[in-house]
Amino acid sequence: MSDSNIIPKWLSVGVIPLMNLFLAFCVSGLFIFFIGENPFRAIFVMIKGAFYYPGAIGYTLYYTTNFIFTGLAVALAFHARLFNIGGEGQAYVGGLGVGLVCLIFDQHVVGFLVTILAILGSVIFGAIWGIIPGYLQAKRGSHIVITTIMFNFIAAALMVYLLVNVIIEPGQMSPETRDFASGVGLVQIHILAKYLGLEMAMSPLNLSFIVALTVSVGFWFLVWRTKFGYEVRSLGHSETAAIYAGIKVSSTIIIVMAISGGLAGLVAINELLGVHNKLLLGFTAGYGFTGIAVALMGRNHPVGIFLASLLFGALYQGGTELDFEFSSITREMVLLIQGLIILFSGALAYMLNPLVERIYIKYYGNYNNA
Amino acid sequence: MKNSENKGGNEEIASLPPSTDSAIELKNITKRFGHVVANSDVNLKVRTGTIHGIVGENGAGKSTLMNILFGLYKPDSGMIFLNGQAVDVNSPEKSIALGIGMVHQHFMLVPTFTVLENAMLGNEGSMLLRSGEEVVLDRLKGLSNNYGLDVDFEAIISDTPVGMQQRVEILKALNRGAKILILDEPTGVLTPQETIGLFDILRSLREQGVTIILITHKLKEIMSITDTVSVMRGGKVVANFSTEKTSPEELAENMVGRKVLLSIEKPTLKVGKPVLEVKNVSHESKDGVLVLKNISFDLKEGEILGIAGVAGNGQSELLDILSGIETLQIGQITVNDKTILPFQDWNSKKAREFGVAHVPEDRHKRGLVLPFYNYENSILGYHRNENYSSGFLMDKRKILNFVDDLVENFDVRPRSSSISSGKLSGGNQQKLVLAREIESNPNILLVGQPTRGVDIGAIERIYEDLMKLKSKGTAILLVSVELDEIMSLSDRIVVMNQGTIVGETNSSNATELDLGKMMSGLEQV
Repeated sequence: MSDSNIIPKWLSVGVIPLMNLFLAFCVSGLFIFFIGENPFRAIFVMIKGAFYYPGAIGYTLYYTTNFIFTGLAVALAFHARLFNIGGEGQAYVGGLGVGLVCLIFDQHVVGFLVTILAILGSVIFGAIWGIIPGYLQAKRGSHIVITTIMFNFIAAALMVYLLVNVIIEPGQMSPETRDFASGVGLVQIHILAKYLGLEMAMSPLNLSFIVALTVSVGFWFLVWRTKFGYEVRSLGHSETAAIYAGIKVSSTIIIVMAISGGLAGLVAINELLGVHNKLLLGFTAGYGFTGIAVALMGRNHPVGIFLASLLFGALYQGGTELDFEFSSITREMVLLIQGLIILFSGALAYMLNPLVERIYIKYYGNYNNA
Repeated sequence: MKNSENKGGNEEIASLPPSTDSAIELKNITKRFGHVVANSDVNLKVRTGTIHGIVGENGAGKSTLMNILFGLYKPDSGMIFLNGQAVDVNSPEKSIALGIGMVHQHFMLVPTFTVLENAMLGNEGSMLLRSGEEVVLDRLKGLSNNYGLDVDFEAIISDTPVGMQQRVEILKALNRGAKILILDEPTGVLTPQETIGLFDILRSLREQGVTIILITHKLKEIMSITDTVSVMRGGKVVANFSTEKTSPEELAENMVGRKVLLSIEKPTLKVGKPVLEVKNVSHESKDGVLVLKNISFDLKEGEILGIAGVAGNGQSELLDILSGIETLQIGQITVNDKTILPFQDWNSKKAREFGVAHVPEDRHKRGLVLPFYNYENSILGYHRNENYSSGFLMDKRKILNFVDDLVENFDVRPRSSSISSGKLSGGNQQKLVLAREIESNPNILLVGQPTRGVDIGAIERIYEDLMKLKSKGTAILLVSVELDEIMSLSDRIVVMNQGTIVGETNSSNATELDLGKMMSGLEQV
């Protein structure tokens, strides 16, 4: 009998992840202690940085938005037992979709329509960047991990080329396009609040967050309520059973990778339409990679992914504050903490299970399982 | 009840004085996994130089007990005595050093090594391989002559037949000095002739003082070779018998805990028109081996056609092609008057549309998605059906209604729609798969190994369901390595060997011996 059957769900998806997180913070605390700072004060600063200061929550949720998109992208592929490491590249190319749509249409079409088209552009371009590795996996047997990693590099190189040589704003040095026309873009929440007569501190949080929540619901529906989701999960759990059930493996893989890539591509709407208002180099900033940890920690379920995204959003935002507040805690130290959380929540996610099982059996062991 | 049976088998053994003529004595062994008690207060005594059988259904605790004896598991309580001495078997190394050898159901051999290299593994003779080989080869030749263990020491394992691989396993154990040999389901992969050969070897081992424990679910084998037998049920030894004083019926009754019918009522039915015609089908596997050669047969309404043969002689590939999992390469198949030609669009989805249902040989890999809930598995392959879905959405309520009826009508236990199918016992998993396929109202049912790893109670039920389906006029193609099963269920039997059909016979005049000869490729009929 498999081990995970022994303990009830509330322990395995509730308590154990929290224990993992706690461990990660303990070890991080040790590091902070070793470099001569007070770990408790550090945590206090971080929490304040993520939630307390004016606009802090906005920033945290803005990061959260990115992680929801990339987390869902990784999770969907994972339901088909595909390890999509290419979220970073797919998000990046999704940005190209946004950029091209805006640059081509924003002088001629109303901003609202351009924005809608740009959102579609991000999804379609991201999807294309997912479809190619998907096709190679499905039809040619090239391993998706390798191809998606390679496609991250190709995306990076492509974007540098385009931004330096082709779509750069003429007459300037930094590799960026011109600003999109005013009226194009997703409204930031604090501006929206002002229209509604509410006072909110300024933050980059924008309508993409609402899109992310909507997409999360759609994700749940797709995976657990549709025939397609059923086929994806069958394939993910057992390819042989999927073939037996008459599920077309290769087309399912390609479609999953298309949707996965499209989800990752949506990072671009948060970054470009919501904040920067232009296409610029390196806007993905590792969100695609962190999405892997988010999906792992969120156990590939939208609720879990939302919570994990919130955690990582808080870490990003609180980490910045940490960097700011302590001279000895640098950006690298913050990365180290993030790394530890990924290590404990992702890579070592099941480390505590045997221990918890033993304790559980000791106290509840004599109940009878029919 | 006979007086040889007693509660837990304890009193009989406990009342005997500790003796030195028992090679193995297990006392009050208990082993738990979590809240599951795999072995509960087990007592077992095996006299030196005898063959002792252990029978029991899946999950009765046989394997756990043997793994404890072999040092793979540590018992929670209880004692092990070897030749009257209390021992602590805490690892397989220790167990080997104590003279216990185990031949696993799935052989533990390195396929690319020669027989000699495999047999000497773990006891290489000396530091240098070359000189060690000479030492070991001498010793092995001695053993091989003594016990009639006929092997070719130069052959590469992957080229040798399973029967020889098993002999290598036995040699390996003897080479390490085993005086007690545990064999776990040793005959599952053997032809009847090979089984006879194995039993000859076991008898000569016994004559020379080796103690043998034989774990099997085949009662006939227990009756033919063992001296004593223990029956396990629910983690306990429920009865001990002297083999000559018991009968298969009594053993089965003890295994299940109630009376079981070992014979099947076959409905006599007039067969109808042929619904499945297979013509000159050949097939090449991915690594270029011709696994099917010119196979032709037909299957009629209301008929059960059994395909007998040792595992790995092309039966699996045949099932795969007929069910649409593999592409047809050469030949022609006609299903319900629809003809399928080589490399035509033929897949599982289409097969189902044509009325072909399939109970696959491997329910874990194919028939079920193990982590799925029962309700999800109850529609696997039929999930596109409009009964369970509307548009691109699944209709969970309809599925739940369906599965509730299904588990009720086919006695799948526990009767739950939302338990992971992986948590069901083998028998209940098989009932679920069979239920799903029967409920699709097929007129052709392909069945592979319907009772592999299934307990007797469930076997009874599965046979009943198949017979019921047959009397409704469904044509059934039955592939099984259990000859008894083929003989008792089928109307007609074809035998496969090395990818060809080597014989066909009516089940009424088939004998096990004839079929066995055909299975081993010795004789064509």
